[in-house]
Amino acid sequence: MATDTKTLLFKPVVAENPITLQILGICSALAVTTSLRVTIVMCIALTVVTAFSNFFISMVRNYMPSSIRIIIQMAIISALVIAVDQLLQAFAYEVSKQLSVFVGLIITNCIVMGRAEAFAMKNPPVPSFMDGIGNGLGYSSVLLILATVRELFGSGSLFGIEIFPLVSNGGWYQGNGLMLLAPSAFFIIGFLIWIVRTKRVDQVEKNEFHIAPHTTREVVH
Amino acid sequence: MEHYLSLAIRAVFVENMALQMFLGMCTFIAVSKKVETAVGLGVAVTVVQIITVPLNNLLFTYLLKDGALAWMGFPDLDLSFLGFICYIGVIAAVVQVLEMFLDKYMPSLYNALGVFLPLIAVNCAIMGASLFMVERSYTFSESVVYGTGAGVGWALAITAMAGIREKLKYSDVPQGLRGMGITFITTGLMSLGFMSFSGLSL
Repeated sequence: MATDTKTLLFKPVVAENPITLQILGICSALAVTTSLRVTIVMCIALTVVTAFSNFFISMVRNYMPSSIRIIIQMAIISALVIAVDQLLQAFAYEVSKQLSVFVGLIITNCIVMGRAEAFAMKNPPVPSFMDGIGNGLGYSSVLLILATVRELFGSGSLFGIEIFPLVSNGGWYQGNGLMLLAPSAFFIIGFLIWIVRTKRVDQVEKNEFHIAPHTTREVVH
Repeated sequence: MEHYLSLAIRAVFVENMALQMFLGMCTFIAVSKKVETAVGLGVAVTVVQIITVPLNNLLFTYLLKDGALAWMGFPDLDLSFLGFICYIGVIAAVVQVLEMFLDKYMPSLYNALGVFLPLIAVNCAIMGASLFMVERSYTFSESVVYGTGAGVGWALAITAMAGIREKLKYSDVPQGLRGMGITFITTGLMSLGFMSFSGLSL
C-alpha cells in the first residue's frame, strides 16, 4: 500500500478517478453542474467532508466493533455534513438555496462512505486525510469539466459572466437549452468516460460476449 | 383526491427520481445488469420509501420543526438542523428492522432481496425523497403519496434500464465506451424520453 502523500493526492484525479472508474458519487455530479459557482461550492463541501470523515473514522477505527461500524460512520459523516450545511447557510445563503437538498445528500454520497470503508478503516489518520482530499479533487475535476461545458454552452457564460453574448441580449450565440437539462449531463459524462478510456486503455471493461468474426473480412482482436 | 393523483403522477413521471433528479444513480448504474435483480431492488426501494418518507414527516412535524416542541414547554426551540442525522438514522433503522422482519416472516422475499437490503440504507433516492418532502413541506398524507410515487418511479426506471442493458450486451460497442460509458449515454436517452412527460399535469 502506497502511503506516499503525492500518490495519495494525485492518483485519484485521473488514474483512479472516483466518478469515471469507481462509479461513486454520480448523483450529485449530475445534478449540481448547471452553473459553475454552485459547482465549486459543492466540490469544496464534498472534499472537506470526505477528508475529515476519513480522518475521524481512521482515528476511531481500532475501537469500533465491526457489527456497528456502518452506523458509526454514518453518525460521523452526518455530523460533518450538518456542520458544512450550517456554515453554508450562514455565509453563502444564496448558493445553499440553489444546492437545496444536495448538501444533505453528501451523507449518502458513495464517495464518502466508499473511501471510509475502503481506505480509512485500514490506514492511519494522516494518509486517510490525504486520500480524502485526493478523492475530493478527483470528484471536483470531473464536476468542473461538466459544469464548464454545461454553463458555457447552455447559457453562454462562466461564473455568471457572459462569455458568448446571447441572441436575447443582442449577441450572436443561441444558448443550447439541452445543456441545462438533465439528459445532457448523462451524455457529457458518457463522452468524458470515453475520452479517458481512449487514453487509458487499461480501464476498458471486458465484453461479456464476443462478436463472431465477420464472414468476409478478418476481424483483428 | 385529484390533488393526490396529480402529486403521484408528478413523482413517478415528471420528477422521476433516477432520470430527472439524478438520485440513486450509483446503484442504478451498478445493479441494472439483469432485469430480475433490478425488479427486486426496485421493490425493496419502493417499500423502504413508503415507510421512511411518512415516518420522517412525522418526526419533522412533531419534533424538529421550529416551535414543534411547544407541547413540552420549549416554544422557541428549532431543532431542524438535526434533520440530516435523524433522517439517516430512521432510514438505517427501518432497513434493519425490515431485514429482520423479512428474515422471520417472508424468507423467500428475504432471499430474493437479501443482498440489496443493506445497500438501500445509503441509496440517495431514499434520503433525497425525505429531504424533498421537508423542503416542499408536504403534509402527512401527501408524504405517503410522494414516497410511494418516488419509489415506483425509481423502480420503473431501473427495470427499463436493465431491460435495455440485457439486450445491449450483445452489441458491438466502441472499445472505450463499453460498460459504463454506453450505460450513461443510454440513461441520457431515457432521460430525454422521460422529459416528454414534463408537460403532464392533471
